[in-house]
Amino acid sequence: MTSVRDAFVRPDYGPAPESPATADEWLRGGERAFGHYVAGRWADGEGAVHRTRCPADGRPLASFRYGTGDDVDRAVAAAHAALPGWRKIGGHARARHLYRLARQIQKRSRLFAVVESLDNGKAIREARDLDIPLAARHFYHHAGWAQLIDDEFPGCEPVGVVGQIIPWNFPLLMLAWKVAPALAAGNTVVLKPAEYTPLSALLFAELADETGLPPGVLNIVTGDGATGAALVRHPDVAKIAFTGSTEVGREIRRATAGTGKHLSLELGGKSPFVVFETADLDAAVEGVVDGVWLNQGQVCCAGSRLLVQESVEEDLLDRLRARMERIRVGHPLDKSIDMGAIVDGSQMDRIQGFLTAGEDDGAVIWQPSRAVPEEGFFLPPTLCTGAPASSPIVTDEIFGPVLVSLTFRTPAEAVALANDTRYGLAASIWTEDLSLALDVAPAIKAGTVWVNCTNRFDAASGFGGYRESGFGREGGREGMWEYLKPAASVAGTRPAATPDPVPAGGGSSGSDSSGTAPRDRIDRTRKLWIGGRQMRPDGGYSLTVRDASGTALAEVPRGNRKDVRNAVEAAAGARRSWAATTAYLRSQILYYVAENLAVRADEFAAALQRATGATPAAASAEVDAAVRAAFTFAAWADKHDGSVHSTPFRNVTFAMNEPVGTVAIRCGDAAPLAGSLGAIVAALSQGNVAVVVASERFPIPALDLVQVLETSDIPPGTVNILSGRHGEVYPTLAAHDDVDQLWDFVADGLSGEAERLSAGNLKRVWVDREGAIDWRSPTAHASETLLRKATRVKNIWVPYGV
Amino acid sequence: MTVAAPASARPARRAPTSSLRNPGVPLDLDGVRRVRVNRAAADHRAATLTTRRSVKREWQAGWLLRAVTLIDLTTLAGDDTPGRVRRLCGKARRPVRHDILGALGVPAPEVTVAAACVYHGLAPAARAALDGSGIPVAVVSTGFPAGLSPFATRLREIEESVAAGAEEVDIVITRGLALRGDWERLYDEVAAFRDACGDAHIKVILGTGELGTLANVARAATVAMMAGADFVKTSTGKEKVNATLPVGLAMARAVRDYFRATGVRVGLKAAGGIGTAKDALAWMILVKEELGDAWLDPGLFRIGASSLLADIERQLEHHATGRYSAFHRHPVG
Repeated sequence: MTSVRDAFVRPDYGPAPESPATADEWLRGGERAFGHYVAGRWADGEGAVHRTRCPADGRPLASFRYGTGDDVDRAVAAAHAALPGWRKIGGHARARHLYRLARQIQKRSRLFAVVESLDNGKAIREARDLDIPLAARHFYHHAGWAQLIDDEFPGCEPVGVVGQIIPWNFPLLMLAWKVAPALAAGNTVVLKPAEYTPLSALLFAELADETGLPPGVLNIVTGDGATGAALVRHPDVAKIAFTGSTEVGREIRRATAGTGKHLSLELGGKSPFVVFETADLDAAVEGVVDGVWLNQGQVCCAGSRLLVQESVEEDLLDRLRARMERIRVGHPLDKSIDMGAIVDGSQMDRIQGFLTAGEDDGAVIWQPSRAVPEEGFFLPPTLCTGAPASSPIVTDEIFGPVLVSLTFRTPAEAVALANDTRYGLAASIWTEDLSLALDVAPAIKAGTVWVNCTNRFDAASGFGGYRESGFGREGGREGMWEYLKPAASVAGTRPAATPDPVPAGGGSSGSDSSGTAPRDRIDRTRKLWIGGRQMRPDGGYSLTVRDASGTALAEVPRGNRKDVRNAVEAAAGARRSWAATTAYLRSQILYYVAENLAVRADEFAAALQRATGATPAAASAEVDAAVRAAFTFAAWADKHDGSVHSTPFRNVTFAMNEPVGTVAIRCGDAAPLAGSLGAIVAALSQGNVAVVVASERFPIPALDLVQVLETSDIPPGTVNILSGRHGEVYPTLAAHDDVDQLWDFVADGLSGEAERLSAGNLKRVWVDREGAIDWRSPTAHASETLLRKATRVKNIWVPYGV
Repeated sequence: MTVAAPASARPARRAPTSSLRNPGVPLDLDGVRRVRVNRAAADHRAATLTTRRSVKREWQAGWLLRAVTLIDLTTLAGDDTPGRVRRLCGKARRPVRHDILGALGVPAPEVTVAAACVYHGLAPAARAALDGSGIPVAVVSTGFPAGLSPFATRLREIEESVAAGAEEVDIVITRGLALRGDWERLYDEVAAFRDACGDAHIKVILGTGELGTLANVARAATVAMMAGADFVKTSTGKEKVNATLPVGLAMARAVRDYFRATGVRVGLKAAGGIGTAKDALAWMILVKEELGDAWLDPGLFRIGASSLLADIERQLEHHATGRYSAFHRHPVG
């Protein structure tokens, strides 16, 4: 027993336990048995009973069920039944519900915090100061979007029943990130919490029930991966929102391919933490602590890759080691603890495995001398230096309290190392030199960049990844789009090809160049356009294109995998400089495209008539639409502005609309000229480069565009145009790891195959299944959609003060 | 007047200040200019220091008793009189009721404040009142609080205060030198003041509320330490903004850097606006986390305060009795 005098003579902290009494009462001393919350009732179902335990001391907390396919069916049916009513009550009524949920979280905040800490093992301080207040904040923020939805998102409607699968690292917060925007937009939800941490979601269900959320609007089905898989596969689920590992994200991408389900994925990361010699090093050290040891490093955006300028490496690491000696690891309910327990023994083993492998690779593993508890799943903060760049400890997401340190010499090298990863979730930059920070922040491929801070989150700022960290944003206006789709009244029915239909045998024939070409003119040679040059197809084959009456009209190149490879390489070569080209110059180039096309309008109209059998008036109208599209996106080049978010910190959080990168565009048969040019200019206007697959049936207008584009100052490689069988070229594009996005205006079986193939690098895929874009008379809504697809939001946080 | 306990009963750390003084080092201008402080990060750290650490029950009582020993019990008012100062010094000798200390199990002689801090004119009264207690008299000097009287006058003032029995001298810097980045002259000024102090320990008041930026605070602290400051101190208590945690953080880190560079521990004194037990604990947590336990000692950390003690006494009585206390139950200082 420590006496007052002991504490007087030796000022240690002593224990400062948070009482679990109220949580114990709620859990009935660990005896409570939970079922699923479906249609406003609690139902046990037939699933196996499991027990959730506190990872710090192993105490049993409660039992719950692994939901079966039947449980998922019932929950989806309940959500489906609740959907019309929930939509119909309107934004304001939904705002009232969300406001009530926000208030109720606040009123029960300590219970939530203790439950979260017990179930997950996280320090009570973090649950109390971060998880729970932020969860409430998300409901407040989205109560606001519900209120404003008709004004701010006209022409949109909810996606439908949304299946949401959340991880165990921030259980209630992830629930809030998912549920709040879904409900605000008018969707109904089936949510599956992680099997390690089901409790806060069940507590939330209780709260929602008590506060009168209509039955079926929110359904909670507990379970493991099998339960989640049943939800993903369910035909009546219109959207899946998932946060978790990149591997499971890939599986979900494949499982939903071709189903038309909307998808947002927030996946793993190996986020760079870049410290320049001009940084406040002590501040940076605290940043590291917040960045990689928050929640024991079990954070998707953990700044786990320290990149430090060589000139200050020794100094920084000295300071860091001294700081690490002061990190307190212990029971999560102690208020003076920095790091609690690892969520589960299996995670502990996984992390230890990384450390062992790292040491085998020659890395130096350093841990502070302070002891960690022997009972329970505890790991000390760990610093790893000297690891080769190829070691898994450097390249892979560890999801534990392990920091890997590397050095760089110049800002350019810092950026190169920061981007040397498959991931792109977040980055943190430390320097007192604002010019440097603002140079580096846009250059790092990540959805969130924190300057002189780290792990800052707010509902007003969208969070989400680049690359294999997933797609979609959570929070802010950008996050709302994930839960909306064009209203049925706005989306066109998919326009038919022009004209209807070509007689049997029309279009590009199945045989190679064996058709009969018209002989009344000089033979015309159309080539692929790759890297600014007209190229013969690698395979040396052509396809015969037939006109509306079935007469052979011309040959077009039959592109193959190698042509795709070359086109993507050419695009990659042009990507950086086109993205860096000023919006003003991009707009001038696109206007010039319009000008050069307009000069040849009659020729293109005549070609369209010949190729598609369109009437003269329809053909002229399409050329005119193509010219207008070029004007429209030339106009938008310098007007699709980012924004500054109102986050509750003393900082500027600016949302930049960045190009996605290389966009592969699969053109449909409808409006083969306006459709191909429209997609190209939309992509280019925002700084993307394009690889275009011309309409399979009517490829000539797109190939003829080459002559316009190459006279319009478009830099080589910025646009590349392929023709051929879609089945031969498009899957190669869909699988290509250096393609960042697919735009598919065909929406057929091949689209689903492409979605499946896209899982390799988790590129964004947009299949216009709703027919949102009618290229002959695009609406403002269509332009907005294209602009959004052509960009991704990067949020840059810059705190200030003297 | 309370009879002082025999010196042998006091823990060694009751020595008024660290016997090791800071000899100073040559001015390293590059080093001073390299000092960087990110304000937003400092604010964030300061705001979360006290949410990351919590001191409860016996530990809180122990920490609060230690806080008492860190106090420079201060009166710096225009209407100070010898009588007022004698009362202050009585409180300095016996800052906590002995029955409370008895209930907490802490020997009374172990608990006295670190120093009594007064204006020059009251130094003789303080010296007399503290005679035999081992509690040093600290005197504010050099044209306190603005520090803009003639340089020679300021030097003379130090000499007279030391002659009048001051064992510690709290001097103020010319803030204008820091604001103009004239670090050479600031260095010379502090070095001259230190010489004038002789064997008395010198605490250098930066007047942080008038230095504009945290980076300036850290730079001024660094220059003062290079010039031989035994303590760097936040404020006079007369500026509009006094001792804030972010300022304390910037200064603590400057102290830490100086220790890293020279191996010399310089003290930190927070003064102005620290009025509650909770404030005192926050500062102690800051010092423990950023500088380490060695600094949680009157030789290296002081809190300049007048009303703080009364709040601590109430909290201590609560610990002793389980009942919440009232100000009037504790003798005024």
